[in-house]
Amino acid sequence: MSASPSAAPLPRETGYALLATATLSLLPFLSGLPVLMAALTALLLAWQFWRVRQQAPRPPAPLMLLLAILGAALCYLELRSLFGREAGLAMLTLLLPLKLVEGRDRRDAHAVLLLCCFMMTGQFLNAQSLPVAATVGVCALAILATSARLERPDLSLRAALRTASRLLATALPLMLLLFVLFPRIDGPLWRMPGDAFAASTGLGDTMQPGSISQLILSGEIAFRAEFAGAPPPPRERYWRGPVLSDFDGRVWQERPAFTDATPNYRPSGNAYAYTLTVEAHDRPWLLALDFPIATQEDVRYGRDFTLRSPRPVRTRVRVALVSYPDTRVGLTENPGRLAHALWLPEGSNPRTVAAGQQLAARGATPDERLQGAIDFMRDARLTYTLNPPLLGTHGADEFLFDTRQGFCEHFASAFVVLARATGLPARVVTGYQGGELNPLDGTLVVRQSDAHAWAEVWLAGRGWVRVDPTATSAPARIDGGIAQALPATDALPFLLRSDSPVLRELRHRWEALSNGWNQWVLGYNASRQAELLKQLGLPGTGWREMILALGAGAALWLAWLMWRLAPRGRRRDALDRLWLRACRKLARRNLARQPWETPAAYAARVALRLPGQAAAFREIAETYASLRYGPAPDMAGQLPRLRDLIQRFRP
Amino acid sequence: MPAASAAPHPVTSAILDQLGGIVLGKTHALRLALSCLLARGHLLIEDQPGVGKTTLAHALAVSLGLEFQRVQFTSDLLPADLIGVSIFDATQQGFRFHAGPLFTQVLLTDEINRSTPKTQSALLEAMEERQVSVDGKTHALPTPFFVIATQNPSQQIGTFPLPESQLDRFLMRLSLGMPDAAAERALLAGEDRRAMIQQLKPCIDPAGLLALQAEVARVHVGESLLDYVQVLLARSRQLPGGGLSPRAGLGLLAAARAWALTAGRQHVLPDDIQAVLPSVAAHRLNATDSRASGEALVRELIEAVALP
Repeated sequence: MSASPSAAPLPRETGYALLATATLSLLPFLSGLPVLMAALTALLLAWQFWRVRQQAPRPPAPLMLLLAILGAALCYLELRSLFGREAGLAMLTLLLPLKLVEGRDRRDAHAVLLLCCFMMTGQFLNAQSLPVAATVGVCALAILATSARLERPDLSLRAALRTASRLLATALPLMLLLFVLFPRIDGPLWRMPGDAFAASTGLGDTMQPGSISQLILSGEIAFRAEFAGAPPPPRERYWRGPVLSDFDGRVWQERPAFTDATPNYRPSGNAYAYTLTVEAHDRPWLLALDFPIATQEDVRYGRDFTLRSPRPVRTRVRVALVSYPDTRVGLTENPGRLAHALWLPEGSNPRTVAAGQQLAARGATPDERLQGAIDFMRDARLTYTLNPPLLGTHGADEFLFDTRQGFCEHFASAFVVLARATGLPARVVTGYQGGELNPLDGTLVVRQSDAHAWAEVWLAGRGWVRVDPTATSAPARIDGGIAQALPATDALPFLLRSDSPVLRELRHRWEALSNGWNQWVLGYNASRQAELLKQLGLPGTGWREMILALGAGAALWLAWLMWRLAPRGRRRDALDRLWLRACRKLARRNLARQPWETPAAYAARVALRLPGQAAAFREIAETYASLRYGPAPDMAGQLPRLRDLIQRFRP
Repeated sequence: MPAASAAPHPVTSAILDQLGGIVLGKTHALRLALSCLLARGHLLIEDQPGVGKTTLAHALAVSLGLEFQRVQFTSDLLPADLIGVSIFDATQQGFRFHAGPLFTQVLLTDEINRSTPKTQSALLEAMEERQVSVDGKTHALPTPFFVIATQNPSQQIGTFPLPESQLDRFLMRLSLGMPDAAAERALLAGEDRRAMIQQLKPCIDPAGLLALQAEVARVHVGESLLDYVQVLLARSRQLPGGGLSPRAGLGLLAAARAWALTAGRQHVLPDDIQAVLPSVAAHRLNATDSRASGEALVRELIEAVALP
């Protein structure tokens, strides 16, 4: 007797295939792994390569235990934990090659493949973008192909891949069904570990020289807007983020936010309806065009006219909005707030303050003083650059009178200091300006590189009025975007330089694709589901109905598969049905016919167990066999006789 | 009525009775060997030395009233030793063909896998074409022409295993196996087999044999049976290491017809297919696969195909 096939060592080719699959599953994690752990993982993989090549036996168990302990120790040392998303995934990336090195037979190989499946799904814990989904697809294909080769070592790589794709394609309808019909609940299904939101970029609630120019370097998308009609012209695309009015001479800070359930302004004038899809940034701001009214309820209106989400935006959110840019806001402003918007720290930026006081002495009305401040900025011959010289204690002074080079935060900051010195209540508004229209799907894409800072001045009778001091020295920034406003020598992210039309076209296509993915796959939440079901003519479907439909759909699909895969025999005619009836009678006596058993062989077996029925059943079997296989059977005459025989047959 | 069990065919049962007196306790193998011959196929017997392969071949030839020749294959046997040679005849001033042992009706080639591939293929070509060409002249072989080849298990040293394409030329591969206790006792207590064969009388003449072969070809094969055979063939092609060729399918039907005839039936039943399938298919299936023996694969094959 040979040993059972599952205990036999694996052929070398299967060993290589397994190693390759495991390596593929590990690759997406290696870059995020601490150095020592990554090195250990790579070492283990190399060792396994050597083991497969030499067909070496598995290492002794104590060594494996030692390695596992070493791995856990490294994980604790480098990540300070063994649990949570990051540490958990790191431990898994180590355990997979350990299992591989320890593995010997088919059972171990199956365990490794299961672990690979786990790693594959684990990729979604890090990101859920389209490239990650594509990687997961490739991993799934590799795992299935290796699994097929484990069962049939003689399969060629191509045949194994074909089998794997067929399996995946078979599972696809079921996956779609689950995706569409699985009841969605608002919010995540489980609490994510605390380190899940570590890497969000976006505006902060403070601003100091350099904070926005850092942000500009990121080509990441901040949010997208889909307009129902034509989008506003570029110079009106101011997306309001945090409003900063606390100033300590260097850093601008947001005041604690008061929010209301309804806006404290009355919208009027032009209206733009759009849907905003804000990427996760771990802060509550929803970056709306100025003076929005939301058509849904779970948003808050800040007293500083920002639109906020009740909780930090940790997953992509969609809000439907209508914005009225011509609305007058803050006509009756709280005097405390106005006083605060005038406050300047004692002794800070003395030259700017002096200049402001001069302007105040010359201009009588607030309008004149504002115009004076704007003119002052224009006449200062300031240069707009991404790499301004470093500034010291009196930032506004040095910027306006010495270096004269700055980025939008310098402009906004200096202007607000100047305006406050002239006696005008003023504050800094941060947010985004501009955005790029994707000609393929018509969405306006706003990136971190569109981050901007401007100023707001309060005038009696007109309320808060937007003043963009950057526009006075670099109007191209507002009209044409950042890439046009900066001197060509400044370093900019590659994507921002839109010189090459081919690249731009490619980027548009890619972004339209990932926007579709975000909207329809990642953003498929309870309301989208309800919307889709309504379009399918199933409005008001509750989760019970969805579960039922899910079960029914899955059962239908499985039934179809079984029908497709069932051995396709001859169609059964009356003769076969009679014979099967006789067989069923015997099956009730626990003497079921094996599917391959011939009538004569079955009759002989029945004769052994039921000697009293032997003759009767042999006659039935022989009549059936001769009618089925004999030459020129007399069906019309013999069929009734056979039926009669079977009816009288009582085993 | 057809329902009654048919009586065995008179002629074939007489032959089988007589053979059964010589080769004891091997009725199934004898019936398969006879069916193989009736289906005009060649027979390969793979077994240990000394289990009665030669006795079987010799007794079969005598019982059928056929001429018999035996050739021991060795590693230095040349095709000419088998087929014959043209020798210059001084009296006639020309070459004359001296026929080799191949020109007979039943040829027993012992230990076929001991000879070199060159000689093997010369024999197998003759088996397929039923004629040989020497010096541009074609010489027809006698009819019927029936080769019984024996082969030692391929693990033994000094063997040239037959390639798949040549194994395919044999309709059946049989294995006699050791006799059971009762049969061995009777053999030990009985007469010398060689002497018994000398006294055998033919049960049939060559013309009768040809008529019997023609009768086999007329055994009815119904649509339902063809369905069954086709599904079997298709299923065999999903097994690891290839499957049954169309030639194997034709051979399977011919063998099943002969088997049905020896049972006295004029139509083929799935039972006949299942009875001959192991010896028809096993040597065609296990040639490349080392994981399972051909017999186990045939069992798997039979159990994978359902009858209605």
